Amino acid sequence: MSFAKLTDIIKQAEERNVSFWEVVMLDDMKERNVSREESFNEMLVMLRAMRTADEEYDPTLRSASGLAGGDGEKLHQYRMKENRLIGDYLVEVMEKAIKMGESNACMKRIVAAPTAGSCGVIPAVLLTYEEQKEVSEEKIAQALYVAAGIGEVIAATACIAGAGGGCQAEIGSASAMAAGALTYLEGGNNEEIVHAAALSLKNMLGLTCDPVAGLVEVPCIKRNVSGAVNAVVSSQMAIAGIRSAIEPDEVIDSMRRIGKQIPECLRETSREGLAITPSAIAVTKRLQGQK
Amino acid sequence: MNLFDIIGPIMVGPSSSHTAGAVKIGYVSRKLMGEPIAEATINLYGSFLATGRGHGTRFAIVAGLLGMKPDDKRIPESFKYAEEAGMKLNFGEADLAEAHPNSAQLILKGVSGRKLEVIGESIGGSLINIAQIDGIKANFSGDYPTLIVHNVDQPGHVAEVTSMLAHKAINIATMQLYRSSRGGEAAMVIECDKEVPLESVKWLAHLEGITKVIYYSLDEG
Ligand code: SF4
Repeated sequence: MSFAKLTDIIKQAEERNVSFWEVVMLDDMKERNVSREESFNEMLVMLRAMRTADEEYDPTLRSASGLAGGDGEKLHQYRMKENRLIGDYLVEVMEKAIKMGESNACMKRIVAAPTAGSCGVIPAVLLTYEEQKEVSEEKIAQALYVAAGIGEVIAATACIAGAGGGCQAEIGSASAMAAGALTYLEGGNNEEIVHAAALSLKNMLGLTCDPVAGLVEVPCIKRNVSGAVNAVVSSQMAIAGIRSAIEPDEVIDSMRRIGKQIPECLRETSREGLAITPSAIAVTKRLQGQK
Repeated sequence: MNLFDIIGPIMVGPSSSHTAGAVKIGYVSRKLMGEPIAEATINLYGSFLATGRGHGTRFAIVAGLLGMKPDDKRIPESFKYAEEAGMKLNFGEADLAEAHPNSAQLILKGVSGRKLEVIGESIGGSLINIAQIDGIKANFSGDYPTLIVHNVDQPGHVAEVTSMLAHKAINIATMQLYRSSRGGEAAMVIECDKEVPLESVKWLAHLEGITKVIYYSLDEG
């Protein structure tokens, strides 16, 4: 992967006179020694797998711990109500995000993006857009390249694993990636794309990883919802002309430094935070009894 | 890491390390065995043991031993498939010194009676490391065709293996050498950029001073 900075992608896009997503694809072609078709088809495979995972959500499933399942159906019922407060797009983003997180916890097939714990954010934002705005599959796949480019820079500079950098690295990265991708779909330029990512990531800095009983369920599943909604509002701010006061690459660099300072007890070890609350301990004890 | 490690992989949840990585440890072990597995003792260690139940780690390893990959939808029901295949399963806790926190020890018996013991570690994302085979250090990822040669520690064996690879125009990606003591038992672990022809693997096995050759191929089946 040759991008250490978001500005590298933008610079290459300008030099080669191609769009943001294409720079990311060209880099993949070089990196893996594949043709344009091969790279693009692989992205379509990922997109279709996301769609299948969304369609195959099963409201009756519960995770092995019994903690997860069924909330996607609650949001679905809420979406069907008249006079709900929020609009059609956002409410469906919420529904899809929680469904994917639950499917993952229930051992269904998902697409890690960038991780399994954060697998709901990007599909929620993009699949809802695809359905409601009736854009082509190709266009959504292009948006996935935008997301991947942002993810690559975060992975190269900071980190995309909760054990390494806390949850800012998982839900935070996914949210920044989705914000950039949505901004591209909405016709945003390259600057707007990276500022949307920055605006979104800033809201996630410092987020800890303290999952109950070490499982990818609490707080992970519901955090997919807030990560997805955060992506949407950040993208809207960028489209409206708002810019991050901190340069996007500097935000990612802050994320790296913050990740290093998050103590190990809050990096997927379940030794602090939510994981040691009385409610969490009760769950952990119950599960140990089952061993 | 490439682009499709960022958007991807497609996998059965919930955890890249505790589920997808665990499937891969089982899968690589099945390939190393080279025949269907009749009996498996699966000993978990560290976080695999502590949180394995909620992550489906046991299902995942068994799925891998049956030849399933991390995106196989049958993973949650692997015990049922194991029963159908007549694979006997035992579970326990591994007593490993200084192992990676996500480790599994697999003690396997093939349908022909062949025995194999593997220690696998899930080292982050869905990346794995096969740390030991039959009690001897191995350390390979399962992402490359891998040649593992056990030999008597005496001059010339490394040259025999590497010149065979050169002759077949196979580039070496990584290479490691271990030995128990001077003149004792030694092992070479070579990750290659291309598949090694099976005749060449067999040819190596017959050489004087070479005690065992294990080959891990990426080819299906
Ligand atoms: S809390 Fe930890 S395990 Fe859960 S999504 Fe965030 S980083 Fe992943």
